[in-house]
Amino acid sequence: MAEHAEQKNDSKTAWGGKISPFNASYGKLMMWFFLVSDALTFGGLLVSYGFTRFNAQDAWPIGEETFNSLPFLGHGYPLIYVALMTFILIVSSVTMVLAVEAGHRMDKKGVTKWMIATIIGGFFFVGSQAWEWSHFIHGSKFGKIELADGSQAIVKGHFGEIANFTVTEAGDHHKKGEVITEDLLHQYHHAILMGHLDSKGIIRLHDGSMAKVNKEHDHIDALVIKKNGSKYHMKVGTKGKNITGSEAEKLYTEVITSGEAHRVIYGADLKENEYGPQQYGQFFFFITGFHGFHVFSGVCFNIIILLGVLKGTYHKRGHYEMVEKTGLYWHFVDLVWVFVFTFFYLV
Amino acid sequence: MERDDIIEYSLDTHHSEEEGVKARKKIWFVTLLLSVITGVEVALGSIIHQDSPSWPMVKICFILLTLVKAGYIVMSFMHLGHERKALKYVILIPYIFFIIYLIILLLTESIYVGGVWSKYGY
Repeated sequence: MAEHAEQKNDSKTAWGGKISPFNASYGKLMMWFFLVSDALTFGGLLVSYGFTRFNAQDAWPIGEETFNSLPFLGHGYPLIYVALMTFILIVSSVTMVLAVEAGHRMDKKGVTKWMIATIIGGFFFVGSQAWEWSHFIHGSKFGKIELADGSQAIVKGHFGEIANFTVTEAGDHHKKGEVITEDLLHQYHHAILMGHLDSKGIIRLHDGSMAKVNKEHDHIDALVIKKNGSKYHMKVGTKGKNITGSEAEKLYTEVITSGEAHRVIYGADLKENEYGPQQYGQFFFFITGFHGFHVFSGVCFNIIILLGVLKGTYHKRGHYEMVEKTGLYWHFVDLVWVFVFTFFYLV
Repeated sequence: MERDDIIEYSLDTHHSEEEGVKARKKIWFVTLLLSVITGVEVALGSIIHQDSPSWPMVKICFILLTLVKAGYIVMSFMHLGHERKALKYVILIPYIFFIIYLIILLLTESIYVGGVWSKYGY
C-alpha cells in the first residue's frame, strides 16, 4: 500500500515535489474539505437551534409528544417512526460502505448490487420524511387552543368521530336537508378557525350554508399549558398545573364555540404551529428540510455513479474511487441525521 | 495522458478477497452496534419521561451515545480512522475546536438573553 509515495520520502527528494503528506488523491481531499464546511453549516444550524431553545420563554415541545404516530397505525408510538427513519439511513450507509468494499476488490457486480440497495434506502428515507412533514403540517385533531387569559394549551383526550353534517340552512352549494359526508374534519377545523361554530353544534360552511354537526362527544382528559397567561401557568416544578376534569372540558368548548377567529391552531406553517414556539416550526422545516435536500442530492449522485459503474467507466479506470467519494458524502448525510435525531427529537 | 508527476493514490486502495472478508466482518459489527445504540436511545426515551428527575442524566446519555455513533460512522464508514494521521487531524481538530467554541459561546449567551427576557419582557 502506498509504497511509491513512501519510498521517495527522504531528505533528498522531500523538496522535489511528488509527495503528499496526506497520501490521498486530490478528489478525495476536496470531498473531505467540502464535508468539513458542510458540517460547519449543520453545526451552526443545530447550535442556533440550541440558542433559541435555551432562551425560549414558552414551553419547548417534547419530541415524544410531537412525533408519536405511525402510518396506518395512528398515535401512541413515541419516536418509533423517527427511529425507523434513522435505521433506514444507517442501513443504506452500510450498503454504501459494502459497495466501496466491493470496489476495492474490483467486483463490479458487487458494487452494482450494493449501490442499488443504497439508492433504494435513500428513496425510502426521503419518502418517510415527506410523510413526516405532511403529518407535522396537518397536525392533530384537537390542535392548540388559546384560552381567554392569553395562555395556550394543547389538548389531551379522545376526539369524537364526526359522522356527518346535516344542512339546516341552504347556501350557495348545499340545499337544506342535505347530508354531507366528505372532507368532514377539514371543514370542521376550518369553521373553528374562522369562529364559525356555535355552542349548539351548528357550523357555517364555506359556501354560507349552516349545518348541524353530528359528532360523538369529545373526551378531554387534560389541557397542558404551553404558554403562560394571566390566570393559567405552565407546569414547571411546583409552579402551575395542567387543567383536568370538567373544567378542561368547559374551557375547551368555550374556546371552539367562542365565535372568535384564530383561537385554535391546527398543525404547522412558517408563522405558527400547534407544538410550541414559532421558531420551533421554522427550525423543524429548515433543519430537516436542509438535511432532506442533502439526502435527495445524495441519491442523485448515487444514481449518476451507478450509471458509471454499469457502463464500466471505473472498471476501465482501474479503481472505483468515485464510489468511495460519493460514499463519503452519503455517510456524511447519515452522520448529520444522527445529530439531528438526537437534538431535534430526543433531548 | 500518462503523467509521471502524478502519483495515483487511488490505485493503492485495492485489497484481496481475504482482506475483504475481514473488512465486511467489521462493517457488520459496526452496523449491529449502531442499530443497538439507536434502539437503546428510543427505549430510554419512551421509558423515562421528560418530567422525571432523572431526565437530565438521560439527556447526557443521549449525547454521549450520539458521539459514539458519530465516532463509528466517521472512523469506520468514512474510513478516517485508517487515513494518515496528518489528514485525520487536519479534518478533526479545527472542526472540534470551532464547534466547542460555538456551543459554549451561544448557549451561555442564550441563557443570559433568556434571563433578561423573563425579567424585563421581550
